[in-house]
This record gives sequence, structure tokens and C-alpha cells, in this order.
Amino acid sequence: MKPFTYERAGSPAEAAAAAARRPEAKFIAGGTNLLDLMKLQIETPAHLIDVNGLKLDTIEPTQEGGLRIGALVRNTDLAADERVRRDYGVLSRALLAGASGQLRNRATTAGNLLQRTRCPYFYDTNMACNKRRPGSGCSAIGGINRQHAVVGASEACIATHPSDMAVAMRVLDASIETVKPQGATRTISIAELHRLPGDTPNVETVLEAGELITAVTLPRPVGGSQQYRKVRDRASYAFALVSVAAIVQPDGSGRVALGGVAHKPWRLDAADAEMPRGAKAVAGKLFADAKPTEHNAFKLPLAERALASVLADARG
Amino acid sequence: MKFDTPATTNPIDQLKVVGQPVDRIDGRFKTTGTAPYAYERHDAAPDAAYGHVLGAAIAKGRIQSMDLAAAKAAPGVLAIVTAENAGKLGKGEYNTARLLGGPEIQHYHQAIALVVAETFEQARHAAGLIKVEYAPAKGAYDLAASRDKAKPAGTDDEPADSSVGDFDGAFGAAPVKLDATYTTPDQAHAMMEPHASTAAWNGDKLSLWTSNQMIAWSVGDMAKTLGIAKDRIHLMSPYVGGGFGGKLWVRADALLAALGARAARRPVKVALQRPLMFNNTTHRPATIQRLRIGATRDGTITAIGHDSWSGDLPDGKPETAVLQTRLLYAGANRLTRLRLSELDLPEGNSMRAPGEAPGMMALEIAMDEMAEKLGLDPVEFRIRNDTQVDPESPKRKFSQRQLTECLRTGAEKFGWAARRKPMQARDGRWLVGLGMAAAYRGAPVMKSAARVRLDARGIVTVETDMTDIGTGSYTIIAQTAAEMMGLPLQKVVVRLGDSTFPVSAGSGGQFGANSSTAGVYAACVKLREAVVKKLGLNAADAQFVDGEVRSGSRAIALGDAAKGGELVVEDAIEFGDLAKKYQQSTFGAHFVEVGVDAATAEVRLRRMLVVCAAGRILNPKSARSQVIGSMTMGAGAALMEELAIDARHGFFVNHDLAHYEVPVHADIPHQEVIFLDETDPMSSPMKAKGVGELGICGVAAAIANAIHNATGIRVRDYPITLDKLLKDMPLPA
Repeated sequence: MKPFTYERAGSPAEAAAAAARRPEAKFIAGGTNLLDLMKLQIETPAHLIDVNGLKLDTIEPTQEGGLRIGALVRNTDLAADERVRRDYGVLSRALLAGASGQLRNRATTAGNLLQRTRCPYFYDTNMACNKRRPGSGCSAIGGINRQHAVVGASEACIATHPSDMAVAMRVLDASIETVKPQGATRTISIAELHRLPGDTPNVETVLEAGELITAVTLPRPVGGSQQYRKVRDRASYAFALVSVAAIVQPDGSGRVALGGVAHKPWRLDAADAEMPRGAKAVAGKLFADAKPTEHNAFKLPLAERALASVLADARG
Repeated sequence: MKFDTPATTNPIDQLKVVGQPVDRIDGRFKTTGTAPYAYERHDAAPDAAYGHVLGAAIAKGRIQSMDLAAAKAAPGVLAIVTAENAGKLGKGEYNTARLLGGPEIQHYHQAIALVVAETFEQARHAAGLIKVEYAPAKGAYDLAASRDKAKPAGTDDEPADSSVGDFDGAFGAAPVKLDATYTTPDQAHAMMEPHASTAAWNGDKLSLWTSNQMIAWSVGDMAKTLGIAKDRIHLMSPYVGGGFGGKLWVRADALLAALGARAARRPVKVALQRPLMFNNTTHRPATIQRLRIGATRDGTITAIGHDSWSGDLPDGKPETAVLQTRLLYAGANRLTRLRLSELDLPEGNSMRAPGEAPGMMALEIAMDEMAEKLGLDPVEFRIRNDTQVDPESPKRKFSQRQLTECLRTGAEKFGWAARRKPMQARDGRWLVGLGMAAAYRGAPVMKSAARVRLDARGIVTVETDMTDIGTGSYTIIAQTAAEMMGLPLQKVVVRLGDSTFPVSAGSGGQFGANSSTAGVYAACVKLREAVVKKLGLNAADAQFVDGEVRSGSRAIALGDAAKGGELVVEDAIEFGDLAKKYQQSTFGAHFVEVGVDAATAEVRLRRMLVVCAAGRILNPKSARSQVIGSMTMGAGAALMEELAIDARHGFFVNHDLAHYEVPVHADIPHQEVIFLDETDPMSSPMKAKGVGELGICGVAAAIANAIHNATGIRVRDYPITLDKLLKDMPLPA
């Protein structure tokens, strides 16, 4: 671990301004991912700005009939919130499918969105990784990549985004509220937040230097049957091989986002449009440009089958 | 005490304390944080500095240069140990690769430096500043590709090849036969407590607190590696947070702590960082196994052949996956062969039930496949081929063999009769299957010594270098001494894991419980003689009961024998040739119910049951814990555990506990353990065997067979992950 300095920010704008002053700074909230990465010298911030005291830890109704979730709301609290459980079941289910009870007690809403990939080569500093060391290459291509992306990847990176929560947020059309170092605020749709790897897999979101997430907003509830199905090698405490977040309306229309298959939660309008025609049609659109490896090609039929199972449950 | 004739009635048979399901006496220390582990010896070495290990970034080749300047200048750094400055080092008898690499690198993450600093964080930071230039060399990392170059390889105890009759002829002529190949992957011990040591020098004498299973072996190997006399080393390992065979020997933490303490001139502690655990230490080697079984149409095996290929570093050893096949089933024509390739992966070595654990993973699927071909119930097929004699030398009997009883009892208790043909049972989205397998593990014995002390308060203290790696050694040793001396458990103190104590069997190979308690038995027999003599009693009728010694009309408090000073005696159990005359083994039968998700092919266990016949059970509670732990480990082997090899770079890629998955609570259903009533007078005066490894043997195959019963799909390559099932699973209706 590289030595670092530490400060507690007094307000979101102050935190963002402090980050702008120190280019090597990072925000720390729950720390469930960042601290591990610092111990392994994968993340090497020279300065930490602790945002835990910013009181961004409430869940409030919005004027539009949705919910505004403070960036610091812990995963456990979000999953247990009565309104979330009633109106956004897919989110509660996704949260509870992730990590462990202890981790969910610490992990925050914004931090969850910004967690980094679990690619084993990203985690081994002896190995080439374009995310960790831009330009060094991608060891996962041609290596052990059973967990990796099957769609939306690039020649530079085939990592996946590991979050469950983000997949549910994506299917719910959540928005991300931020504050920039100069105090300006903006709203980013969850669809835009995460980038595909392209040539710069080290740049994972559209957030600017020092920009701080203050809240995640959910639009008015859309009803329907809300499902989250996570497929993994063991029953708990494992990252998804494939996960399916789906909202299915009584008329058969709906939306679906997949986890475990891409560098970001994977959802396409064209796929949503196929929902009434069933899993095969939806998967056909979602994976139209899929380029799986020898080891992870199973994710394509797996995702389709998991979606079929979800749709059957939703109908049942 | 020489044990060379079958045991007769002795004080252990009273079973007042032995055989009772008492709680572990070290349990409250562990749950209250008062059992100090090797890395926590602030009491003994209060000013210890911290060491951080740097592992090699290549699998094979040489270090061209190491630049330590920045690390040396980093805050808090006290010393840096490398092969270049460590002085001449030997290599332990039990180590295949050197514990401190450089300039030659023998495997990925081989330790190449230890940075010692005032704090752990300083040491870790400085280690990151060391710049190493390597000249990588080409290595061999692919077992399958090296198979043709493999050579016959046995062990000290077992030949590479065995054969009886005419296997080829009988197999060729058999009306029903199976020829199938199975693979098991490299597996990690993945114990909770990593390898950890604290070292302190006093002049030329080394005190080493380390997490270790075999004290005497490790003193010997530390002495050999450091080039000092064994009596200069005091090694202590009173508490161990799991070993599973990974701590049978000294590893880099111990050596580097000693070298670091020497260089820094103060105590140093070193714990292997978790990401190093998988490539720096030993692992269970992968195997390729070919099983050929031929039988008559009525299900009598006429030919059984088992070939196993594994790999290891040069001068390494094979994974002895054919051992059980030499002994488990009858059959007049037999052939087994062990083959070994040279690979440049990290060192392969013992892991819980080496040999039988992976061997049974293959053999017991093959038996299921044969039963299916024969149209026989798999329980019945095994019973039909049971034997009471060593099938390779039929004059030699098993001392006890209740395999059939295990199978029948298990089938009845589990409700095996309800099993249907493959793909017939369904529960909602789950395809349900039942599977079974035999369990088999040898029951070796090892010389084991103990010292017992009696004081005037009537307290008996046992000292032996036996270790308790979470198994319950403290407790069963206390039970043994209490039974022998007529005391309640509270009057016995047990001290373990110290090289100043008499040399025990240690913890490994399932030999620890029986051997070490037999050693304590021997010492207690001697103490009883000393007490009787001291009290002037008649040895012929003296009884040790309720803290007293009774003889004729006299009853004297046991402690009175020590009024004039503590009585101290020492003895060892030494085993004669009973284990040669009689094959001594433990047996069992596993039964498993699985559910396979019809859509995703996720496998989830629903029920597990095992019946064990393993001699006298010294403590049913700790024995049960051992067996359910083994079954859990076997479930991991069946469903998820695999060290994934990057054959380009030659290392295990998934080197942490997020990527190397082992079962979590949610994976393990209700587990039932039944011990058959058994005493084995050939095994020791305790009439016990061991159960710590029996439970893992066969369970993975039982799961594989249950998956087949659920889905109709036969997977022969472990672990059985959903991707191996999915392609053959029809879409759910």
C-alpha cells in the first residue's frame, strides 16, 4: 500500500473541490473495494477524501413520484427500504444477491456503481492489464476468461462490471446526480454512466476528475413483475456468471438488463422491444454483436435460459 | 510400548470419558481470542518487526537484477532478505522447491525477498518498491500435453505399478466393460489461517512460533535449511487455524521470519499474504485417470485397471490416485499404474486424503457407470464386489471391514430405495437426483510419544508435540489421559505442539488421532505403574477410579503419589507388523441428493449422509465435525474448486478467496453422519482409526452420480460447473 494522506470533507461541493486540488485523490465511502485494491497496489491514491460524513444517507420521495437515494445509503438499508421493496422489487432482490451481509452493511449506493472489475489479471500486478496499466495489454484475452465479457468488449479489455445493483438500476432507468469541483451539478442517466472499454478501458465512467455522485434517482414506479435472477457457481458470495434483471408487464411487454456479460449493465432498446416474443428473441438482440471466448461462450445460452426462466416465473 | 499383538481389554474400554461427545477443551480459548496463533505472539515476542514477502513474477527462469535501493530507503525498513544476502541455505527434506528463490526461479510467486519494517504497512509499501528484472525461461504447465512423457513413479511406501493375473486378457474378454477417463484439477488447501510465523533469535538459538502440523519434521527441515543443529531450534505450534496438509512442512514464512529476525536483529513475524497462498505454497496436483473395469453379466468384476497421471516439479512426487483401487474391490485380474510428468507449476503435495481423495473421485464414478451398464443398483454392485481380503494378496485380511454394513445402513437411512431412473424426479424448477459412492481411506499408524506428569493436586499434565489443527487433538488426548488415570476431564491439562515435548505422530494422513492417543495411553500405563509403586500398592488389583487409586481395602487420592515431588514419565507407542499382516483401513458410504436447475444447470445440494466404519470413535462430537468438514471440502471439489492454470505464464490465476471458490454456508445442506459401532484391536490399544480424511473420500463422486441421476448427463471432468452440463440439457418445458 502506498502511503496516503486523508481528510474528511464537510460538504459534497467541498469534497469535489478537494479532489480537484489533488489529482491523485480518491473519494472513500464504504471502502469495501477501494481498500482491498489499495492493499494490493492496484489503486494507489496519494490522498483520500472521506465522504462518509456528508449526510447523503437518506431515501426521499421525489416530486415526480420516484425515489432519491442518497449516495451514501448502505446497500443493506436500501435493500430493506419498504418503498424499494414495494415499488422497485428488482433493486432489492439484486442488492441481496450481491456480496455478503457484512459487505452490504458497509457498501454504499454510489460506491457500488463505481466498484471495479474482478478480472483476476486486473488483480495481479505482475500481469499486463490495460485497465491497471494502460497500454500494457490484456492478459485475459487468450487466458483464463470464463468470467469475462461476451458482448461490448474490445481488443483492449474483456472485463465485466461486477455489480448486481447496477443491473437493477439500469433496468429501472435510474439517474445519477453529481456535483463537480466548481460546484455545478448534473444528472447522468445510468445508461450513460458506464463506458464500454474501447481503447481506454481504464476510463470506466463519464465522471470527470473530482466529480462526486450525490444521489441516485429512481423514476416513478413502473409496476410489473420485477425479477432478478443471478446465476453463479456457488449459492452465495460469488460474482454472477450471468444475471438477469427484468420487469415484465401483464401484456408481456417489458425490459431486461443483463449482468456478468459486459463492461456495463447490458440493456438494448431493440431487445426490450422483443420481450413479448420471448427469451430467444430478446437474447438474439442482446447478443447480436456478441464475441464470446472459448471459455465463456456458455454465457449466451445461459443468459437466454435464465431469461426464459425469469419470464416463466413472471407469467406464473 | 511396543504394539505388536492385538489389543485386549484395557482401561480405555471403560469408556467413561473416551467415546463421550465432550466439547473441545480448546474451544473457549478459540472463541474468546485467548488461543494465540503464530502471528499473535505479542506475549512472547513483544517487539516483533513485520516482514512482507515478495513473490516471483515469473514461473521459471532467472532473476537478472534486483534493485533494492528504493525499498531500503523507504520509511521504517529494517532489513531486506534475498537469496543473495541470506547466506548459504540448504533445502528441507520435505520441500521440493527452495523456500527462498533466486537467482533461479522454480515457480510463480516463489519467495524472492522479505522486507522487514517497523510496521506491516511500511514493509508492504517497501516491498512494492523493489525492482526485479527477470530472464524468463520456457516451462511445462500442461499435464495433458506432457502425458506421453510421464514416467513411472511410486512413493516410499507404494510402488508405481501393481498387477495381479492377466488384466488385459480378462478385460478384453469381459462381457460388460467400461473404459473411461476422468480428470481432477489442481486444488488449494485454502485454510483460514495462512502460513504464519514469528521468529526470535537468542544468540544462536532460534525460537519459532509457526503454524504447523508436524513439529519434528519441521525442526529437522528448518535445521537443514538454515544449516544449524536441531537443538538450536525451539519450534512451537500450539494452535493452528487449519492446515489440511498444507502445513505438514515448513514453508517460506518460517524460513523468512528466521532470516529476517537474524538480519534485523529483533523478532520478526511473517504471514503469507493471501494472494501468495495459492502459488507460493503446495497444492493438491491435478490428475488424469483412466479406469477400465470388466465384469460378468451378473456384476462380478473380473478385471479392474486404474492408470493415473499427475505432474510435479523435478524431484517431486506423484499424486497416488490409484491406491484405493488396489484394495477396495475384488477382481481376479488387476492393474494399477502411477505416472508422473515434470511440470513447472508450483509444488504439488499432500492435501487432505492425498491419493484417495482424487482417486475416489474417479473410481466411484466409474463404479456408478458400470452399475448402470450392468443394470444393477450401484449399492448392490459394490456389495457384490466387496472383499474381506486384500485383493492383491488374498492371504492378507482386513483388520476390520464393514463396507457392506455402511452401504446397507446408508441406503436404508437415506431412503435410497426411492431413487428413480435418471431424469425422472422433479421438484418445481429442480431436477432431483440421488447418488452414492463408497468411502475408503487407509488407516496408517505412526510412532508417537508423550510425557505425563502427576502433581500433588492430582492433576495430570500431558506433553507431546502432537498438533491440533482444529481437529480436536487436545480433547481426545485429555479424554485418553482422564480415562487411563481415573480422572474427570477437568483434572487433565494438555500441552501440545512444542519441540521440547516428546515426538508424536503429528497431524496428517488421518494417523494423528489413533497414534497420538495411543502414545498417551502408553505413557499413562507407565504412570500408573509409577503411582502404584510409589504408593506401595498391589499392581495386580490397583484400580484408578474417581481420582483415587484403590487396591484391596485401601483408597488413596491419586495426587498423594506425587506428594514427595511430581511424578514424570515418558513413553511412546511403537507399532509392530500388525499393519503389514492385516490391511487397516476405514470405510464408509456417501449418499447425496442434488437439485439441478432445469434452466440454468446450477447444482445445489439438498441432503448429504455418510455412514462411517472407522474403529472406535474417540469423541463422536469432534469426529462428526471432522466428517462434515470433509464432506464440505468434497462438495467444493465436486462443484467449484479448481486452480485455473494460465498455461502461457505458468501459474494459478485465481489466487485469492474471491476467485478460488470454496463452499459457503448456503451451499451446504443438512449433513448426517452415522458411525457404525466398531473397535479394531489390530489398530492400537485405543482400537481406533481416524476419520479426518475418510469423509472427503468418495463424496465428490456421490455428487457427480447424483447429478447424473438428475440430468442423465455424465460429467467426468471436475469440478462439475454448470457450463459442463448446459450443453446437454434440454430446454425446460
